[in-house]
Amino acid sequence: MNQQTVVKTSIFEVITPRLRFMAETLREVARRPSALVGGIMITAIVLISVGFPLFYAVDPLEQDLLARFTPPVWQQGGSWVYPLGADNLGRDVLSRLLYGSRVSLLVGFAAVLVAELAGIFLGLFSGYYGGKLDSLIMRVADIFMAYPFMLLTISVIAVLGNSIFNLILVLGLSDWVTYARTIRGSVLSLKEKEFVEASRAIGTPHRVVIFRHILPNVISPLLVLGTLRVANIIIWESGLSFLGMGVPPPMPTWGRMLAEGRLYITDAWWLVTLPGLAIMLTIFSINLLGDGLRDALDPRLRNI
Amino acid sequence: MLQYLFKRLWHTVYVIIGVSVISFFFIHLSGDPVMLMLPGDASHQEIEDLREQLGFNDPIYEQYLRFAGQALRGEFGHSLYYKVPAMELILERLPASLELAVAAMLIALVVAVPIGIISAVRRGSLLDMGSMLGALFGLSMPHFWLGIMLIMIFSVKLGWLPTSGRGTLAHLIMPSVALGLSLMAMFARLTRSVMLEVLSLDYIRTARSKGLKERIVISKHAFKNALIPLVTVAGMQFGFLLGGTVIIETVFAWPGVGRLVVQAIFNRDYPLVQAIVLVLAVIFVAVNFIVDMLYMYLDPQISYFEDK
Repeated sequence: MNQQTVVKTSIFEVITPRLRFMAETLREVARRPSALVGGIMITAIVLISVGFPLFYAVDPLEQDLLARFTPPVWQQGGSWVYPLGADNLGRDVLSRLLYGSRVSLLVGFAAVLVAELAGIFLGLFSGYYGGKLDSLIMRVADIFMAYPFMLLTISVIAVLGNSIFNLILVLGLSDWVTYARTIRGSVLSLKEKEFVEASRAIGTPHRVVIFRHILPNVISPLLVLGTLRVANIIIWESGLSFLGMGVPPPMPTWGRMLAEGRLYITDAWWLVTLPGLAIMLTIFSINLLGDGLRDALDPRLRNI
Repeated sequence: MLQYLFKRLWHTVYVIIGVSVISFFFIHLSGDPVMLMLPGDASHQEIEDLREQLGFNDPIYEQYLRFAGQALRGEFGHSLYYKVPAMELILERLPASLELAVAAMLIALVVAVPIGIISAVRRGSLLDMGSMLGALFGLSMPHFWLGIMLIMIFSVKLGWLPTSGRGTLAHLIMPSVALGLSLMAMFARLTRSVMLEVLSLDYIRTARSKGLKERIVISKHAFKNALIPLVTVAGMQFGFLLGGTVIIETVFAWPGVGRLVVQAIFNRDYPLVQAIVLVLAVIFVAVNFIVDMLYMYLDPQISYFEDK
């Protein structure tokens, strides 16, 4: 009984300052207009991408050959049945764009998660233990840097097949180097700090030092880097899709919509313009947020 | 100095060996090209014979060693699909890709550096905010989409520029602008932030207080020091650029290595893919090597004797 109260207070004591710190950080981030605007925009995009079937339940695959190349509603010949027009098979462009957003966002965020996890482990161990392990990991990183990235992803996808899972794995695993290097750098300097030495001196095991004392201190560069990389991954995903190596049909993706629309560039401008605008808007809001986060959390990363 | 040079050379060697190993194993995982090479009604015996003849039945490390040995002698084997030496095909296409990459890099630098400098000098002005917002848009635009938009506007609507192919300067404009725009955005932001940093340093104040003209302070004193990070990033990006021409070459039907490699991957043309990956990696490493050597010229402060 007595012991229980002791545990309760200690948990409370641990959590309160952290919550306060998080709230302060959040306020600091929100003070940057770019972070605020970008954050609101990307939140809206994610919400729409998740919740649109509630408002706009149109099948993205249903074809209506009579409605082929219907232009968007504001153009002559357009109609509210196809607010953003119809494609070469008479499929609803708006609905396809909305479904496509799910692929891009899912692949973007999940691949960055994979890359971060791989990068965190390799970077932490490389920086903390140093020595042979460190030079091995960093040499492999050098090799990965020199490997033509696009060719790596294309050839691996050609081997494994282009499921959404493979795509996330491949894009994530080929992007670990940046994270590992950033973290390794931070760890090298943190390792020399007094609080780490003190913790080691009282006999804390390495494992605990790494995850309790060092990891929390590299979170903010990771957050900044991760946000900016999501934007890159989404561009790569749409590029792969454009080449026909993205998420397989019939799932609509922005990249494939572009590739298909390109064939009708002379007659149907909306088929090539709108998916690109969707990609750009998404990337733009993520970049805005990333820039704001970087300014607020980690000014040292300005050059990335 | 010599020691540093050797260290850098060793670095280039192990990176190239590493890339060749990775590409070799990846490509060999991707399946057997023999079936694609023979007519559909080939007998089992014929398939086996061809596999034996091409050495696909040997253990994979033996195949790698054989490949590496030949590569060292400059032989990269024959393309299985085109039936000519892989190197010949690459050398035929490489100039087109290099031309595109160099043009994109030049356009990016020529536009971005002045914008970055002016934005840094006039920090917070409308010009600064406008160009930085523009740069953020540039970073957010997928280059292949930009390419398609350019085609739609300048070829389809206005009829000013050819939609695809290579040959004249007019052919080069759209693909290189499309490929260079995001680099332009990146360089403009980089130049601005580095210039801001440099301009706040003491020696700049000294130069100004000596009564030097602002133009001289900026171009001679500040920009020279801002060059170092710019050169590093430009070098790195040039390596990526060559690998990144894959999509833009498809959009503009540009006869470069990028299109060649995509076809080769689809055709399971092992020797060709391997040779291309190696050539691109060698170029990447070589450019970075040159950049490192440039440092010595740009920044005499960097010491190459520290770890004896």
